[in-house]
Amino acid sequence: MAKRTLNLALATGVLALGISTAGSAGGIASASMLANTCTGCHGRDGNSLGPASPSIAQMEKTAFIEAMQAFKSGKTYGTIMDRIAKGYTDEEIERMADYFAARRFVPAKQEFDATKAGKGARLHDKYCEKCHENGGRPITGEDAEYYLLAGQWLPYLENTIADFRAGRREIPKKMKKKLDKLIKKEGEAGLAAINAFYADQR
Amino acid sequence: MKMNRREFVKAAGTATAAGLVGVPHLALGAGKKVVVVGGGTGGATAARYIKLADASVDVTILEPKTHYYTCYMSNEVLGGDRNLETIRFGYDQLAAMGIRVVHAAAERVDPVARVVRAGGKDYAFDRCVVAPGIELLYDRIKGYSEAASERLPHAWQAGKQTKLLRSQLEAMPNGGTAVIVAPPNPFRCPPGPYERASQMAHYFKQHKPKAKVLILDPKSKFSKQDLFIQGWKALYGFGTEKAMIEWQPNPDPDPDAIEVDAKDRLVKTSFGDEIKADVLNIIPPQRAGKIAQVSDLTDDSGWCPVDKKTFESTKHPGVHVIGDACIATKMPKSGYSANNQAKVCAAAIIAMFKGEEPGTPSYANTCYSIVGKDWGVSVAMVYRLSADGKTIAGVEGAGGLSPMDAPLEMRRREVQYAYSWFRNITADIFG
Repeated sequence: MAKRTLNLALATGVLALGISTAGSAGGIASASMLANTCTGCHGRDGNSLGPASPSIAQMEKTAFIEAMQAFKSGKTYGTIMDRIAKGYTDEEIERMADYFAARRFVPAKQEFDATKAGKGARLHDKYCEKCHENGGRPITGEDAEYYLLAGQWLPYLENTIADFRAGRREIPKKMKKKLDKLIKKEGEAGLAAINAFYADQR
Repeated sequence: MKMNRREFVKAAGTATAAGLVGVPHLALGAGKKVVVVGGGTGGATAARYIKLADASVDVTILEPKTHYYTCYMSNEVLGGDRNLETIRFGYDQLAAMGIRVVHAAAERVDPVARVVRAGGKDYAFDRCVVAPGIELLYDRIKGYSEAASERLPHAWQAGKQTKLLRSQLEAMPNGGTAVIVAPPNPFRCPPGPYERASQMAHYFKQHKPKAKVLILDPKSKFSKQDLFIQGWKALYGFGTEKAMIEWQPNPDPDPDAIEVDAKDRLVKTSFGDEIKADVLNIIPPQRAGKIAQVSDLTDDSGWCPVDKKTFESTKHPGVHVIGDACIATKMPKSGYSANNQAKVCAAAIIAMFKGEEPGTPSYANTCYSIVGKDWGVSVAMVYRLSADGKTIAGVEGAGGLSPMDAPLEMRRREVQYAYSWFRNITADIFG
């Protein structure tokens, strides 16, 4: 299964070259110029030092665009990203998406309750793995679609799941079903265990 | 065979990353010299981003201090939630990249001879980036001086002054009054004096519940005003008899008539009012850092006019001015702005070295204020260069303030995001 292969993104040599200073085409700022406006909060190359602003390095392009457009339209509640996303055109967002998709994700170094991670792994397999494949890690392949969960910052994961549950962020039907079932069977502790599992994947 | 950078990238594209690490950058900027005056937020970022883009450029930072204390988050040191050491940054990582860090104060930039004089030596440049921050105009307030700031701290340049003000707050009696004299526009960090009042009250609330903060303000409105006042009402009884923060706009119709008595910690107005303080924090009027003044980089406003696309001085070609010192029209004088302007400037300089037209710039600012426990608010904006190239203008419909009446959960998150911003931006600047 090509989709399941860990995408180390090492094959694309462009990663190692760092920032590009390529000039703009057609009056649009270059990808690195645009990305420079993000890194003050999301970290160099999109690898956040936390605790709450998420890493966006190696974020899958479709997911990046979807997230930005949802902030822009107000579909997703933002404390600040709703205000910022409105500042960029669709074309600029696409350039940023390409830029960050080509960075290499570095898992967060953070404290978490390691005793829960084992249980979290089992719960992840049962409730989440079907869509968030490979333990929520970046995956590769033509039709790869993923969100960065493994190695993501815990406060971000907690805030985001709280937004899903409070209706501040659009939740896919399948996810709502699974999440409801998880909470019913395992309670808040089940959710905390899954988050510990993601934090454990360094 | 000669290769330009793009061809190099193309050729290298098939190689593995493992093979690429350690491949030297092609020497497109070889022999080019950049001297950066000032190792604060703007200067350190510019040096770093020039070097990252082209390691062959010879980059020197002239900075008299061996460590930099960020002004942002220094109010949290005053509030007691943060240690001074957490806002202290050194230059080891920049030096490790091959940037020459010289601890000397620049005396003058000579844009004709293209040298910067510092510590009795001349540093030659092809392009110079001046990032001196602010000069405090002590003598604009009668009775105030640099010497008086040892007793009446400004703490508007962080470090020793922050420590001094914190120790005065600690020594202040319960029931005492800390007075902040706010500066007139324009000044570094527009929401700063009000976040400072918040952080002082945050400390008093825990340790000196009878103490209070009085802000004497030459302005009739201030940054994030409604958000601050909402937070002050919720946390510090603002507007009630037990208010821990009081804001007094225009205490004197003639702001230049305000006088301070350092010995007795008094503020006197031209009405003959005398306000007695137990701690007196004077934030004086400001203009671009001294090196910009003596090097003919300023206009009548006291700040530096620049080309908004490249931050090149409109007075002297070859010299760029970024950060608090420059006139960036709609962009506020903030840490995020300085960091962002430095990146735009660095990209422009690299393009100029290659003989290319600098690309379209993109600018952003984000600024958090921590009003109290689990209570953060922010302002953000994305900017573009206007069609006439004269204004760095906010994108219509974007940016703005945190919403009023936001749920407490969101105020709490904004504190988390403020800390995230601080960690990420300082790593972006200093490595």
